[in-house]
Formats: sequence, C-alpha cells, structure tokens
Amino acid sequence: MSAAVRTFDLAESSRRKLNQALHDAADGESFEVVNPRGAHAVACGITADIDVVVRGSVGYYGAGMHQRGRVLIEGNASTGLAENIMSGEVRISGNATMSAGATGCGGLLVVGGNAGARCGISMKGVDIVVGGNVGHMSAFMAQAGNLVVCGDAAADLGDSIYEAQIFVRGEVESLGADCVRKEMRPEHVETVAGLLAAAGEAAHGADPGDFRRYGSARRLYNFTIDDVDAAQAAVRAEGGDRR
Amino acid sequence: MSTAPNGAPGGTPAGDPGPLAADDPHNWHLRESYTFDRNVIAEIRRAANTGIYRIRGWGAKRRMPTLDDLVFLGASMSRYPLEGYREACGTDVVIGEDRASRPVRLQIPVTIAGMSFGSLSAQAKEALGRGASAAGTSTTTGDGGMTMEEREHSSVLVYQYLPSRYGMNPDHLRMADAIEVVVGQGAKPGGGGMLLGQKITERVAEMRTLPTGIDQRSACRHPDWTGPDDLEIKIGELREITDWQVPIYIKVGAARPYYDTALAVKAGADAVVVDGMQGGTAATQDVFIEHVGIPTIAAIPEAVRALRELGVHRREVKLIAAGGFRSGADVAKALALGADAASIGTAALIAIGDNDPAYESEYRELGTSAGFWEDFQAGTDPAGITTQDPALSARLDPELAGRRLANYLQVLTIETQILARANGKSHVLNLEPEDLAALTVEAAAMAKVPLAGTSWVPGSD
Repeated sequence: MSAAVRTFDLAESSRRKLNQALHDAADGESFEVVNPRGAHAVACGITADIDVVVRGSVGYYGAGMHQRGRVLIEGNASTGLAENIMSGEVRISGNATMSAGATGCGGLLVVGGNAGARCGISMKGVDIVVGGNVGHMSAFMAQAGNLVVCGDAAADLGDSIYEAQIFVRGEVESLGADCVRKEMRPEHVETVAGLLAAAGEAAHGADPGDFRRYGSARRLYNFTIDDVDAAQAAVRAEGGDRR
Repeated sequence: MSTAPNGAPGGTPAGDPGPLAADDPHNWHLRESYTFDRNVIAEIRRAANTGIYRIRGWGAKRRMPTLDDLVFLGASMSRYPLEGYREACGTDVVIGEDRASRPVRLQIPVTIAGMSFGSLSAQAKEALGRGASAAGTSTTTGDGGMTMEEREHSSVLVYQYLPSRYGMNPDHLRMADAIEVVVGQGAKPGGGGMLLGQKITERVAEMRTLPTGIDQRSACRHPDWTGPDDLEIKIGELREITDWQVPIYIKVGAARPYYDTALAVKAGADAVVVDGMQGGTAATQDVFIEHVGIPTIAAIPEAVRALRELGVHRREVKLIAAGGFRSGADVAKALALGADAASIGTAALIAIGDNDPAYESEYRELGTSAGFWEDFQAGTDPAGITTQDPALSARLDPELAGRRLANYLQVLTIETQILARANGKSHVLNLEPEDLAALTVEAAAMAKVPLAGTSWVPGSD
C-alpha cells in the first residue's frame, strides 16, 4: 500500500469513527484497520471505490452491504460476512461462520478457508468462492449468482433453490429440497474457471473441470392444484360416469 | 361447474333451484349445524376439490375480543373536559429522538402499515404515500423493496427490512426516514409472505430477483440472525450503515408481546410495532390467519407492561399498535392503553377503494361480492389495488385515492381528539387506562381495565 494509507486502530478509535471515515471517503483512498478484535459491522456500507485491509478477525456483518471497492480481511469472520453485498469485492483469508454472503446481490466474495452453515443463503446475484468447505443449508433459497465450493458441502445443499448455480469440487453430503445435480457443460466450466481465477490463491489451484453443478429442479415453483370438479364435469360432458 | 380463482366452486349447475330461504316459515325445520356451517362445508368441499390449503388476503374474519369491548368514561364531577372544537389537543408523535439524528416526527398518531409493491399496484402505493403525506404521517414499504414512486410521494417513508430481503438495497436504507425490522406480522406470526404467480410480473420479478410467474413464498426467518442477541448486533450494523441518522423499529406479530417487546427494547429498537391477529395480509394460508396470534386488545397492555418495567414507556421507545384499527375510537383506546400510535393497513386500503360496491358486477363474476372480497393473492382486484394487471391498476387514480385516504386519516385524528377532550386531555397521548372501562369480563382481563360499573380487573389480585 502507498503512504497515503489511513490507519484506524480499533484498540484506540471507535467503530463509528472508522465507518464514518469509510462512508465519507473519496474514490481511490486506502485504509488499514488494525486491532479489530472481533468487532461487529467493521467496514460495512462502503459506497466509494476504496481499498480496505483489516488486519485481524472481525465479528458479525464484516463488510456488510458492501457496494464498491475492495475489502480484505486477514483473519476470520463471524456471522453475515459481506451480507447483502451489492458489488465490489470482499475477501477473507481465514474462515467465515454462518450466513457468509447472505442475500448478496452482486460482486465477489472470496473465503480462503471454510464457510459455515447457510453460506450464500438467499443469494441474489453475488458470486461466492469458498476455498474450503461449506456448512449445511448453504445456498438455501438461493435466487441468483454462483456459489463455488472447492471443498465439500454439508447436508441439504441448495434447499428450495431458485435460479442460482452451485459448483462443488468435493463431496456433497446431501441435497436439499428441489436441488438436483445438473450437467456441467462447457459454459459452466468457463464460469467456474473465471471465478477461480478471480479468487486467486484462495482457490488453491483447483481445476474447473473437477467441479459438479447443482441447481433447481423447479418443481416447487408453483403450487400443484388438483381440480376434481373440472375432471368430473368433463366426464359428465362425455356422457360417462366414472364409478 | 366453473371454479373461482380461490378454488371455490363458482355458481350452481344449470337448472339448480338454489338454496331454500331459511327465513321462510315453511323452511323453519332447516337447522344449520353450528359445527358444520355453510362456510365449513364450502371449505371442506374446496379442499377436497383442489388438494391445496386455502390461501387468501385480508385478516382474521372470526369473532374475537376487540377494542369495541372497551368504552371511555368521559369527564364527570371529578374530571374536567376540554371544549370540543376550541381547546388545543395535540396529536404529534416523535420517534427516535434519543438515538437518531433525524427522528421521525408525525403530526398524527396514525401511520400506514407496511404493504409491498407487488402485493399492491404502483398506483395503490402512490395513493398511500399521497394520503399519508397530506395527513402528516408515514407510510411503509413491504416485501420486495422500495419503488421511486413510493419514495417520491411519501414525505415520511419507513423502509421494511424483511426476512426475504427481496429488493433490499443499502441505498434505499439510506433514503428511508426510518427502518422497520420485520420479525413477524399479526396475520401470520411465524410465517413468511406469499405472492402468487399471477402477480409476479416482469417488474416485480426483477425487483425480487425471481423468475416471473412463480408462486413465491418468502422466507419466515431472517437469513443472518437467529435471536435477540444477534438482532442487537444487526441493529448496530443498520445504524452504522445509515450513520445513526434514522430511527429503527422492530415489528412483531402479537404472539408473546410482553417478552417480544422487552427483547426488542434490549435489541435497541426506537419503536416496537405490535401487530394483533386482526392485522391483514396480501396472501397467507387461511389456517394461519385465523388461528395464530392474539387479538390487538390483548397485545397492547402486555407490550406496555414491558415498556413500563424497563422505564422506557412514552420515553426512549415508542409503541405502535396495529391490527384491525377502523375508527378514531379504536385509535384513542389503543393510545389510552399505552400505545404511542396506531398503524392501519386494511382500513387504508378500504379508504382508497378496496371492496368498492361500484364494482359489484365484477365481484359477482369472481364469485364474491363487495364487502367480501379477500382474494388479494389472485391479482384480479376490480378496484385495481391488490393487482399487477395494468388495465385493472389503471382504474385507481392515485391522486383521488390519496385524497380519500387523507380525509379518512383526518377523521380518525379528529375522532381521537374528540375522545381525548371528552376525557379532559390536552394531548391524545395523555389518554390513560383510567379513562377506560370494559364491557366484558374477557376485555377487562385482556385490557387490564375494570369491568364497567365495578372496580374489578380480572387477574389483578
């Protein structure tokens, strides 16, 4: 980083001052956060094209609702890392617990380690690359975007999934309701290759050809309504009587 | 036999003479079962025909204890009334003064509840915004996000933060005048929203990032927090993202209002919205609407008890009561029980034209009648309110409908003032439980006010 980097030491400064400074920042500025010590909502709501490096682990909602610029967390994160990310990039070197990338609408989230339960829950367009494994119910009700898992996926992957795509290199413990394995066509290999390249070192050199694709069977998209009266009327109209 | 959109058998076969008139003396031998009345029989037949539970809009239709079971005592020898039209009686409400740099300032103690674009037409949302703004109060977004029509026409707009996060955009959070974290709603505490395929048009689908035409079932739990301790952290994040500018409400369905309110205070809310089981919905399972939650009259005193015990009542944390409010009497009674404002949804829709008898012939074609229309999920609303059909929604003139709502809000406010003055109050928020008596033992027990003519509050000793 250049000499223009502004450093916030959360052992001395407050989260409020840090976030206000990030919200007031101009495009091109760079920030460093030291001693985050598990603070919640660190670097959330960034709207400018800035670079932020957090040296240490963060609590809930690190880089939450990220809109522009790049956040790098050198450590681990608790619940809701980069939740509702709109655009830009959020990367973490370590692990993320529950609901990483939840409801994300765009941009890129890269988890170097493992992600816990419900990674990519209700995702709406974000691309998520996880270098390790993901926990149960990941991509639950996932609507759009791509979840790329270089390791294994725990139970009920993609439960009630809509149009998001899931790519897993390792084992899938079980698939959730309406989630099925799908053919990995060349365009899907290309998608995975692009995301692995964007993830860089976090992808640990994974081969795009080793991934399997999962998505919605679309059997839950509409209610199934029988119409016995209509069937009976049809039988009557034909002069028959089904008994 | 034709089938109505709700799956109910529509009409009768040709040549069918129709039911006997029960009030004809020749037919007095006909005895309808209390257990299996005509509604029950129709529902069993509908379920047997379709294999799907009943989905509908509106709120609970069953009889239940209501604010009608309370009366004001008025002034007497020991209470001094205020002159009806001359003496001042304040109606303003401020929310979030302690924590938000831009608190919400309402001129009247009635707000418009959250209703989504998607469930409602853009014209209906605009009308709600126009009416609320003219009356000096807030309107609220719903599942599916904020539309610019709504923002433009609402002087005070509350942005709902919902489990589905459909359309959730941090820019909209920052454009809002308050944020309402929705934990539940009175029509379905513990249930998520529904928007059936007929209403998932291209614009709605795009806002929600969903395929068009699907039967959308919203999540019932938030995706990134699981309890009150988490919610406290979530509210911290919302405050950080909005730079502590706007108040944050927490909305709960009336389930366990004492504990839910206490936990909402603990989580850091500036206002708690408690929505009784009469509260409406655009679409939910009938079994949910009628059988989950407790009535508004039972919920308000419990929420107030929590606020009082925590020392924040009528101070740092405001209580907005909702669920079945219709008149200034309802509003005044809610305030007397301790609410700071009342929120209306169904009544606001009726004010702008829902169930308008002018469309009776069209309601008949849909197998219903004005005053009974509840199939908000169907997207076929003749009044153009609960629909995404361009031709139907074009029927609603947002300006005229907004004027109707503003008029109605004015009546609610003046009626509330009339009752406040009658009880000697120079501000509607000075109304208190001591101004009330209950007409039934149930209402006395729920509202914790004496049974009329006695000093008995069931359960008080």
